[in-house]
Amino acid sequence: MAVVEIESLTKSYRVYHKAEGLAASLAGLFHRRYRDVHAVRGINLTVEAGELVAFLGPNGAGKTTTLKLLSGVINPTSGTARVLGHVPWRRENAYRRRFALVMGQKNQLWWDLPAAESFRLHQQIYRIDRDQYERTRDELTSLLSVRQLLSQPVRELSLGERMKMELIAALLHSPEVLFLDEPTIGLDVVAQYNIQQFLKHYQQQRGITTLLTSHYMKDVAALCRRVVIIAQGQIIFDGSLDEIIGRFGGRKVVTLLFSNGHIPGDLRAYGEVLSAEPPRVKMLVARNAVTATLSRLLEHHPLEDVSVEDPPLEEVIADVFSKAEDIGRRSGAEAAGRLVGG
Amino acid sequence: MFARTSTWWTILRISVEERLVYRGDFALSTLMRFLPIVTQIFLWWAVFSAAQSVEPGNGATRIVGYAYHDFVAYYLLTMISRAFSSMPGLASGICRDIREGTVKKYLVQPIDMLSFLLLYRIAHKVIYYAVAAAPFALVFYLCRDFFPAGWPEPQILLAYAAALLMAFLLGFFLEATIGMIGFWFLEVSSLLFIYMLFSFFCSGHMFPIDMLPGVWGELVRLIPLQYLAYFPAAVFLGKVQGPELIAGLWIQFGWVVFFIAASRVAFALGVRRYSGFGG
Repeated sequence: MAVVEIESLTKSYRVYHKAEGLAASLAGLFHRRYRDVHAVRGINLTVEAGELVAFLGPNGAGKTTTLKLLSGVINPTSGTARVLGHVPWRRENAYRRRFALVMGQKNQLWWDLPAAESFRLHQQIYRIDRDQYERTRDELTSLLSVRQLLSQPVRELSLGERMKMELIAALLHSPEVLFLDEPTIGLDVVAQYNIQQFLKHYQQQRGITTLLTSHYMKDVAALCRRVVIIAQGQIIFDGSLDEIIGRFGGRKVVTLLFSNGHIPGDLRAYGEVLSAEPPRVKMLVARNAVTATLSRLLEHHPLEDVSVEDPPLEEVIADVFSKAEDIGRRSGAEAAGRLVGG
Repeated sequence: MFARTSTWWTILRISVEERLVYRGDFALSTLMRFLPIVTQIFLWWAVFSAAQSVEPGNGATRIVGYAYHDFVAYYLLTMISRAFSSMPGLASGICRDIREGTVKKYLVQPIDMLSFLLLYRIAHKVIYYAVAAAPFALVFYLCRDFFPAGWPEPQILLAYAAALLMAFLLGFFLEATIGMIGFWFLEVSSLLFIYMLFSFFCSGHMFPIDMLPGVWGELVRLIPLQYLAYFPAAVFLGKVQGPELIAGLWIQFGWVVFFIAASRVAFALGVRRYSGFGG
């Protein structure tokens, strides 16, 4: 059953365009130029119940805007979307009780009070039955190991602890859909790992439909089987992580260990050398040429060990992003936004 | 209905708890309210002294119908009015929430922003009255000679209480409406400053607005600001009575309803054009 259905969804903003310098600032008092920014351009997407989908894309690609549209924070310029059968921007309470939005950069808890008070307020706002509330709260605080911090003012918690509390607050009403916008931003690796593990466990246990944006590939690799890449407000890829590497990671990393301890001088003929520290060499070889290259190498050089790996996910994704931006730039003024007088 | 009351009660309780966190700031802001009245007493003493060389406190001299003691009594009463109608940080807080994106929580959660802010404000006011009641009583006791007529009739007191309650609601919804301007203009501090200045003058906080001559007096009486400070004080002092009092209360009620509607409409329109700033 489709939980999220998006059709031709578009969101454009008009932003003030100011040239550099004092003269331009003074001119701006009398005549302003605005630029149309097309944050989301005709997106189509369907997410089935229980799926965990990652939105990837460079900054300003339209990921957060899409989450804001789906959570009803903003109205679209055109197009339609339905989440759990509701149109999000109608902001019906019946819908708002069924989803949660967590933004890594935003604090929704009461800053000066212990998180327990904010949780109590959520219990009331979402009309959660008292027993169920206590059960869920205890379960979530144990899973995230923050039980002992419940009575400490939020302002005195570390960023990681605060993020855990934000997640608990968002999950108290057992939402059916969860929107996570950069949930691990700014966290250290331990906190990131803990939150990843928690989300993975919770999602598997509850089968909650989750849409996540993140810049950390580790989040994505740990959590999501389905990845949607957005660039210039458009979906340029929708599939699995493995597919991304298959389609966009055109080269493999080949590590060679030379048994005589010497690195031959003709290695460039086989591929791009990444590093050479005798007796070990790391090089990039075209995916479809790996077998042939290895057999030539083995034929001409004494090799003790060979390993072939996919390139790091970060590199593949960065490559995809830069290609997408090139395409966007080439599509010209229409894609990048037009300057209009105003 | 029970669930809703329980939610309101929880919001009130948590708001009260939050208010009690910063004890020092709270104590200072409560006590500072009493300072202006001291300066006002001395200011009008000086004005009356200059107007006539006789002892100003003897009630003989009058400025536009006001004797010295009338002025002081009026100021003491506007202090009470303002304790109900002033909403420090409400409009600027709404604008900040819009600019920084924290307004999102009211759009995402099943909660009405205006009701939430109203409860939050009620909690702050209740705490303020609880703490300020004793100093207020002391000031009024010390200044009792400025009220030669003593306590007004019970029905006037009732009308006064109604005027104060409506001054609170008017102050809240008027400032909330102004705060919604943040949906259209991101920087509103100058606009708020102008409003504050205008409000200080036209609400009767600076001087009784019935002192204003001719067309200016008429103009100020047409706008709702007088109901924030002047009107309740005038009710207590018996300056408006009988049919004029009833009409005044109805007009005040009308303005409250108008700004409840205005703030709701402004919020609905503002949210429609909101772009979700601040990430």
